[in-house]
Amino acid sequence: MATAALQPRRSIFARPTATTGWYSWVTTVDHKKIGIMYGVTAFVFFLLGGLEALAIRAQLATPNGEILSAEAYNQFFTMHGITMIFLVIMPMGVAFFNYLVPLMIGARDVAFPRLNALSYWIFLFGGIFIYSSFFLGGAPDGGWFGYAPLSRTLETRGMDFYAVGLQLLGVASLAGAINFIVTILNMRAPGMTFMRMPVFVWMTLVVSFLLLFAMPVIAVALFQLMFDRLFDTTFFNVAAGGDPLLWQHLFWLFGHPEVYILILPAMGIVSEVLPTFSRKPLFGYAAVVFAGAAIGFMGWGVWAHHMFAAGLGPVANSAFALSTMFIAVPTGVKIFNWIGTLWGGSLRFTTSMLFSLGFVAMFIIGGLSGVTHAIVPHDAQQTDTYYVVAHFHYVLFGGALFGIMSGLYYWWPKFFGHRLSEKIGKWNFWLWFLGFNLTFGPMHIVGLQGMPRRIYTYPDGMGWNLWNMMETVGAFIIAVATLFFLFNVVVSRRKGREEAGDDPWDARTLEWMIPSPPPEYNFAEIPVVSHRDDFWHKKYFVGPGKTAEPVFAGGADHDEHGTDEHHIHMPSPSYFPLIAAFGMLITAYAVIFALPAVAIGLLVTTLGFFGWVFEPGTAE
Amino acid sequence: MELLKGLSARGRRLLLGVLVTALGLLGTACGGDAGPQDFLTPEGPIAERADGLWDITFAIAVVIFVIVEGVLVFAIVKFRRKPGREAAQFHGNTKVEVILTLVPTLILAGLAVPTVKAIADLSEKQEGSLEIKVVAKQFWWEYTYTDEDVVTANEMHVPTGQPVFLTLEGTDVIHSFWVPKLTGTQDAVPGRVNTMQFEADKPGTYWGQCKEYCGLSHANMRLRVIVHEPAEFEQWLEDQKQPAAASVSGAAAEGQEIFMQTCVNCHAIEGTDAKGTSGPNLTHFASRETFAGAMFENNAANLRRWIDNPANVKPGALMPDYGLSAQEIDAVVAYLETLE
Repeated sequence: MATAALQPRRSIFARPTATTGWYSWVTTVDHKKIGIMYGVTAFVFFLLGGLEALAIRAQLATPNGEILSAEAYNQFFTMHGITMIFLVIMPMGVAFFNYLVPLMIGARDVAFPRLNALSYWIFLFGGIFIYSSFFLGGAPDGGWFGYAPLSRTLETRGMDFYAVGLQLLGVASLAGAINFIVTILNMRAPGMTFMRMPVFVWMTLVVSFLLLFAMPVIAVALFQLMFDRLFDTTFFNVAAGGDPLLWQHLFWLFGHPEVYILILPAMGIVSEVLPTFSRKPLFGYAAVVFAGAAIGFMGWGVWAHHMFAAGLGPVANSAFALSTMFIAVPTGVKIFNWIGTLWGGSLRFTTSMLFSLGFVAMFIIGGLSGVTHAIVPHDAQQTDTYYVVAHFHYVLFGGALFGIMSGLYYWWPKFFGHRLSEKIGKWNFWLWFLGFNLTFGPMHIVGLQGMPRRIYTYPDGMGWNLWNMMETVGAFIIAVATLFFLFNVVVSRRKGREEAGDDPWDARTLEWMIPSPPPEYNFAEIPVVSHRDDFWHKKYFVGPGKTAEPVFAGGADHDEHGTDEHHIHMPSPSYFPLIAAFGMLITAYAVIFALPAVAIGLLVTTLGFFGWVFEPGTAE
Repeated sequence: MELLKGLSARGRRLLLGVLVTALGLLGTACGGDAGPQDFLTPEGPIAERADGLWDITFAIAVVIFVIVEGVLVFAIVKFRRKPGREAAQFHGNTKVEVILTLVPTLILAGLAVPTVKAIADLSEKQEGSLEIKVVAKQFWWEYTYTDEDVVTANEMHVPTGQPVFLTLEGTDVIHSFWVPKLTGTQDAVPGRVNTMQFEADKPGTYWGQCKEYCGLSHANMRLRVIVHEPAEFEQWLEDQKQPAAASVSGAAAEGQEIFMQTCVNCHAIEGTDAKGTSGPNLTHFASRETFAGAMFENNAANLRRWIDNPANVKPGALMPDYGLSAQEIDAVVAYLETLE
């Protein structure tokens, strides 16, 4: 609301107005555009992290491999972990949160649109910052878990980038978490009570609270590491009385909830996909929701199972063994409920459905191997072997990534207005499924045969050769499957473009009652919700035989496309989040390379926030 | 099959072919030798206790796996869409849900009891243990037989039938001591003293390696535990207590001279002026089968390559390259080979 006097000169605070072209993306505060930017960025990082994995597998294909040096290998395995966790699976989850949560709760945007843009820009800059280390003296090489005191003594700048870069990403996650909590608590459409929310929205809420509490913990640890490395403090310096286990406690107190931050979004996706393609409501909705929340709580009480070999003593080890065993109960509840959802249904095997079924099948394996870690005396054997690598890839790849792929095939028509090819999709799924099992299945065996993690080489004669070769072949099959996905994206866009319509899958939740892709304002009229799976209930009612009967003229209750959109107030674009985030990037480099320049970074960030405060509320 | 709908007949055959080949490979490999670090074939009571717990857990996991995946596949096949099938609209089944929550809880409670009991039992120090202090360093192991005044490196000698009690210390970064066939892992953390124990049933050489990522040559920080019959072990101890032969001749004498000028900074040889402690104690070096964190077989050719440029053959090795000539290296090797 600029004053009339300033209007002719156009204030420097005037809000940008572009709605198309690159500038509209740079200044956007639209949750859908931000969601797409999150997804595209995360996918680019997925390709980078995948290339690192291929290099690792090439090196380990044979004993005494000579493709990578020890230096390169250590950087690659560290960056593979950092990338897949912080730059792929987490932001992929956020991409879905961004795009879908407002649509699913019947809102026009998130609660704080500019904060949302800020989250994205900090995430992007954080990723670029960490990757730039490859060109600035070496990437992080202390493992994604960065154990002190090794991480404070490694000589290249890599772990500086780790300590500072992850703090940037943490700020992005925190801002996002606050945004989604407020959005979900406050912006639900009339009638959408908590127990009518889609499970995906529930999982977003749980994950956001986990982020809210977990990120400050890792921030403390990273801050200490940064100070130890750059300013020679002694938090982890044993000679000066520091304690290496302090790092481990802080890291895993963050690190284990982080595991659930990675998997719960995928569980949310699967809980939407399975009902739609089974033509049935989710089995035991309340149990699935409460199990998700229970995992969120119990996830805080299991961190020391990452430290069974650290010497915490028998009492602590017993306590954490018990908590680790019993977190399997709510996880099991979810599995049973998904299978219950299939029961008695009429299943359609779309690509999205296949990925969700693949998720359930693979997660069972990852869950069972997870329970074996709680058997402390045997964990002392399998910890830090490839058995653990197999376990968490069954959870994070077989779980999280399968869920994300399922979500991409499911919501693609909503995002872009056309479907992905089902034919290429089936190739994508089966190759991915085969490559995944070929890569990570044998890791169980080779781990039980005593192959440790994080070794860049191994001698001949250990009985590991065949398995490692199989794993490498599998990794390249995954790479081919990923190319099928990329090919699918391009082909489906160019030719055979199958117009999706509003509701291509005969789905259940609110986002399917509006056009594909949705207009900027999402809902011309905010829907009034009277049921869980409200859209389905607008189309069907349950007949006497417990079967679904179409409502007369059902589905016609769509939003009136002719609504005059000029009367809908939408948040205006802004370039200040970008400026504020850019200042943080400058600060990050300055901390490592030229401390006084921190002042410049802080100044830019302050100016960004200053503009943020003073820019007019709307573009007039 | 509708699951594969969209794929051509040729595509399906291709997929099936790859799958069958993979399963075939799996079958052949399972029959092969499990290797020297396989811990599902333990060789001592401590490792066997852990393995016993694994056997129970694994058996239960396999049963659950078969049942749950079986039900999943059954549901996928049985409830696939076909003409005339209507999806039954129901939201849950309280009885089934309660049962499916209670059953896993009871199974886990059943597993918890032997687990906690084993944790408690294994943490109790056994009577009459042989005590050895293990100091882990980048990237090798130092063993001090605390009651015997014997210091050696990388290869730990122990007798059969006697419990071995280790105290673990770290000096630089965290390492982890692990001999899969004899015992699970325990970390050596700088600033702390951790303990662990194991016992071996049969004589032989057991392989192990560092299991906590510790830097460039983490992969090369290996170790051996050599298990003797008790009498043979006593003999080994006696031999180790002898100082090194003081007088050597020929090339070895020349090598000794070079050693006493350069290598002494870090290495000790009992009975000589060499008293360095940052590198391995070399008093009976020639009696060892391996060197440099059990990475290389102990022979003249390997020693020459090592001394010529340690970091070249073992990334990150802290031993410096002193720029010795080939002749000087030969002399040092000759001297080292006298240290029986």
